[in-house]
Amino acid sequence: MKPGHGEIVLAEGDVEVPEQEQELIEAFRRELDAGMWAAVPTQAPGGRREAELVKSFDDVPRDAERVIFFPRAAGGAHTSTR
Amino acid sequence: MGLALGTAAIVLVVLLWELARPTLKRALVRGRQLWRARGRANPLAGYDPGRERRAEQRARELLRSCVSAHDWAMYRDLGFLRVWGALGVSSEREGVPYAYLIYPHKPIVAYVPATGELLNEYCVAFPDHSKPYGSARLPDSDDVLAKWMALTGDERRLVGEANMHLPGRQIDPDRVRRDLARLRRWELERDNVRAA
Repeated sequence: MKPGHGEIVLAEGDVEVPEQEQELIEAFRRELDAGMWAAVPTQAPGGRREAELVKSFDDVPRDAERVIFFPRAAGGAHTSTR
Repeated sequence: MGLALGTAAIVLVVLLWELARPTLKRALVRGRQLWRARGRANPLAGYDPGRERRAEQRARELLRSCVSAHDWAMYRDLGFLRVWGALGVSSEREGVPYAYLIYPHKPIVAYVPATGELLNEYCVAFPDHSKPYGSARLPDSDDVLAKWMALTGDERRLVGEANMHLPGRQIDPDRVRRDLARLRRWELERDNVRAA
């Protein structure tokens, strides 16, 4: 997720192909080093949608379709918007 | 006599112009500098409404692909998302003692679904300080998705990062109560349509 743009595809590949997996790992590390949070959208057995925050590439489920990176949370604005 | 007065007037004007010229020149240069500085300081100077609209469209599609159809419809129709609280709930049969309302670029509001009592506001933002397109602020739907992912993924962590306040600090409690009433009506109507 990028301000002023929305979704940007950073890397695509198949984790079963070693070269592509390496590219995915590097892209993952780059984003986390830049201070982003990573989340994997999942669907629970009951159909409930949720997300899993992951801190390393090994935590990403092998069958995950995508990992979404977004800026890390910070205590919000103090200005009034009422 | 007239000629002499006219000549004197012209000489006077030229003299005055020569005296005032350096001051006027300095004022002009200063005015230009101030104008440029104002343009740089204005956050809307690089604002492109078309780009922001396209970003929001992409963000809405991403949000839609991540949340359930029910939640997407809620956000599309009402402009906010409800997320059930998970801390301290060991099973779904226990019921959910609290929930959150997620608004774009506004604090997350915690409340008690059974009574409608408002508990807290959690002020949290997801600023991208690299400002890749001139702004640090995510599109509205990306902000909602970031809050949704952080809440459903690691509620304790998000709550820990947020600034907690009593209800009413940033969002009018009456507005939240109206939104909760709208949500009840909306869910009732959907249930009725499904039953029919």
